[in-house]
Amino acid sequence: MKLWFKSGSPWIWLNAAAVSTCLIMVIAVLGLVLVRGMGNFWPAQVTQFSYQEEDKPISTIIGEKVDTSITPAIMAKSTGHKMADNEDTLVQYLVKTGNRDVTGADFRWIEARKVHEQSDPESLIVIERREWGNFYGQLFEIKENGKTVATGDQAMPELQTRLAATLVVVKKIAQIEKKEIGAINYGLERLRLKQKKLQLQNLWNSDTEKQFADDKADFDAEYQSHQAELASLYKEIRRDTLIAKTESGTEIKIPLAKIVKVYQPNQMSVFGKLSFFGHKVIEFLTEDPREANTEGGIFPAIFGTVMMVIIMAIIVTPFGVIAAVYLREYAKQGFTTQLIRIAVNNLAGVPSIVYGVFGLGFFVYILGGNIDALFYPEAAPAPVYGTPGLLWASLTLALLTLPVVIVSTEEGLARIPKSIREGSLALGATKIETLWRTVLPMASPAMMTGLILAVARAAGEVAPLMLVGVVKLAPTLPLDGNFPFLHLDRKFMHLGFHIYDVGFQSPNVEAARPLVYATALLLVIVIVVLNLTAIIIRNRLREKYRALEG
Amino acid sequence: MTAQQTRSHSIDMSSILRGQQQSTAPNETCIKVENLNLFYGKKQALHNVSLDMYRKKVTAYIGPSGCGKSTLLRCINRMNDLVDHVTIEGQILLDGENIYDKSVKVAELRRRVGMVFQKPNPFPKTIFENVTYGLRIQGVNDKRILEETVENSLRGAALWDEVKDRLQDNALGLSGGQQQRLVIARAIAIEPEVLLLDEPASALDPISTLKIEELINELKEKYTIVIVTHNMQQAARVSDYTAFMYMGELVEIGTTSELFTNPTKKQTEDYITGRYG
Repeated sequence: MKLWFKSGSPWIWLNAAAVSTCLIMVIAVLGLVLVRGMGNFWPAQVTQFSYQEEDKPISTIIGEKVDTSITPAIMAKSTGHKMADNEDTLVQYLVKTGNRDVTGADFRWIEARKVHEQSDPESLIVIERREWGNFYGQLFEIKENGKTVATGDQAMPELQTRLAATLVVVKKIAQIEKKEIGAINYGLERLRLKQKKLQLQNLWNSDTEKQFADDKADFDAEYQSHQAELASLYKEIRRDTLIAKTESGTEIKIPLAKIVKVYQPNQMSVFGKLSFFGHKVIEFLTEDPREANTEGGIFPAIFGTVMMVIIMAIIVTPFGVIAAVYLREYAKQGFTTQLIRIAVNNLAGVPSIVYGVFGLGFFVYILGGNIDALFYPEAAPAPVYGTPGLLWASLTLALLTLPVVIVSTEEGLARIPKSIREGSLALGATKIETLWRTVLPMASPAMMTGLILAVARAAGEVAPLMLVGVVKLAPTLPLDGNFPFLHLDRKFMHLGFHIYDVGFQSPNVEAARPLVYATALLLVIVIVVLNLTAIIIRNRLREKYRALEG
Repeated sequence: MTAQQTRSHSIDMSSILRGQQQSTAPNETCIKVENLNLFYGKKQALHNVSLDMYRKKVTAYIGPSGCGKSTLLRCINRMNDLVDHVTIEGQILLDGENIYDKSVKVAELRRRVGMVFQKPNPFPKTIFENVTYGLRIQGVNDKRILEETVENSLRGAALWDEVKDRLQDNALGLSGGQQQRLVIARAIAIEPEVLLLDEPASALDPISTLKIEELINELKEKYTIVIVTHNMQQAARVSDYTAFMYMGELVEIGTTSELFTNPTKKQTEDYITGRYG
């Protein structure tokens, strides 16, 4: 036994155990997020329960069984359930019944012992709507301008063809409203600001007034034509409605314009479900969110996250590299330099919310406020840069990740052999030429390492962003077709904040929970992709300068 | 060690020296070191060194490790400026001009005084870019001039035939001996007056060493060469003049044949006969 200890194998076993524990935990987290997140997109079976509550007639409940809870009898009793003596446990199902417009809630708990019968009839339909959440029930008939065009078995195919046509029109409307009319509004706003600017400068006279009136008239005319087009499109999609029956037999009318998707999950084959799943995932990745972020996609959040990280990287890299070059190459190595180095290292440990507060106080209010006062007097009292936005968020995160870049660049510079510098200097290069031509390219893998760490930290940061630019729902992306295309002053959405918002600020927690997992998964994927890109670049650079490592 | 042994050793050396052609051209001073003292912090590394090095001749510095021969060499292109806490007194005249004068631009000086280091230090770039590095720094970007220079320099360093087909390959893929010749080609590409070689063959195998030595013999037609070496046979083979240094002092300098066959100082004799190892 003593010999065994001496041989060192207990330590090896201990190390192996530690590594395995870490691995298992990482895999478990990713697995949980993956299963829960992706499960959300899989079309679940819709079940019909015949349910009898005490002293009430049998009713029908239609919905997706989401969760099962088993409560010991004693606890169930204390929460007010009546339990028979021979019952040990109370089994309850959480059913997503949808039809929020009819029943007032999407989810309800039912007790398993009160379910008389349950089945998955193939005729059940699920309607994904633009408002009021999902509808579950039976399709009854299709109406065009109030007249019935299809009913019974013909209703479903008829519905799908009409819905496809409607969706095309809906897309067109969104395009016009968001892009064309958005551009007009943007132009009008710029015109208004320009007018105010001229007035402030006392350059406003009859000539400019006339010109502005002309410009405005152009915009108005354009708007009118779009408006007319919109009116006809709206008329087109308002034509069709469907009538469906809920679980209790109530007939409700749903305009096709309000429908995103109609499907019958109980009829789908595995391939059908797979293709449905694929569509849902793509929709999740590319669409805007709906219904207070609990439905639809999260494209603006992905876009905002990536955009912010890229801008941050553009800001932090030159600053960090220049600072590191000065510290390592030019500054006299002594007490002061050492002190600065320690300070930089400690900066990496400052809680991120502190950076957020600093960003809000310094960047937004002082810097942004002054920029507004100097360059955008016409916009007052509305702030342009004097309010949280993409630029300030990126700057704050750049500040937050600066130490990482400085430290790793410095390490990279220190690793370049003296002989290479001397070789360059001996050829008549000055110090700066040596730096530019030889030392910095050779230190580039280290800079990339710093950038990778910076990106990983910045992309996952939420707390400071809440103060300096992230919002729950941004009406416009920070990059669009309106001059100057990149709008650094705009607020943006962010995956990390989206998780918090959907998970904890949502009016419909049950419905949003799967989205939390899906968004978390996506955040991890985005960070991994950003990092992988940087790692690939770094490995290329390393390969180039391979002989000098070590 | 007996006198007999000493003599036999001297004979040995003279057999090496016999093979060397002694150039008959008159000696013209190229580099003149005057009363040079160098301190690393408080420690003095060179004590009042004075010597002349002649144009288009090879001068070798020999001496035990830590005797200051590399330090002296690195003074000639002011490489010691890079070391912290270094103080230099005295002067070094290159063509009659003090290189430690305030008006001298160091980069300019280093263009005139090229240097090759102990370990081959090619840049992690292509062979072509390595050779043209000095020219590009001077702002030469004309492709024709660059290509011409690359060929001439590589031929000058006896490397052209080996690498002419792979000029765009990474220089780090060459063998040690090739790398060292590449570094020499890089140094002569900017046509310096003086070439400083700091133990250029100590990290190489015998065949590569031989090639470098042959190269030095060719290069002295055009350049003033100063070489530091541990290897006395090598000093005897390649140099016209040899300086023996010990403990930061210049003990003796003379023509190589004289110094090896008939040293005037006891220390020199002890060293070349192997009493210091």
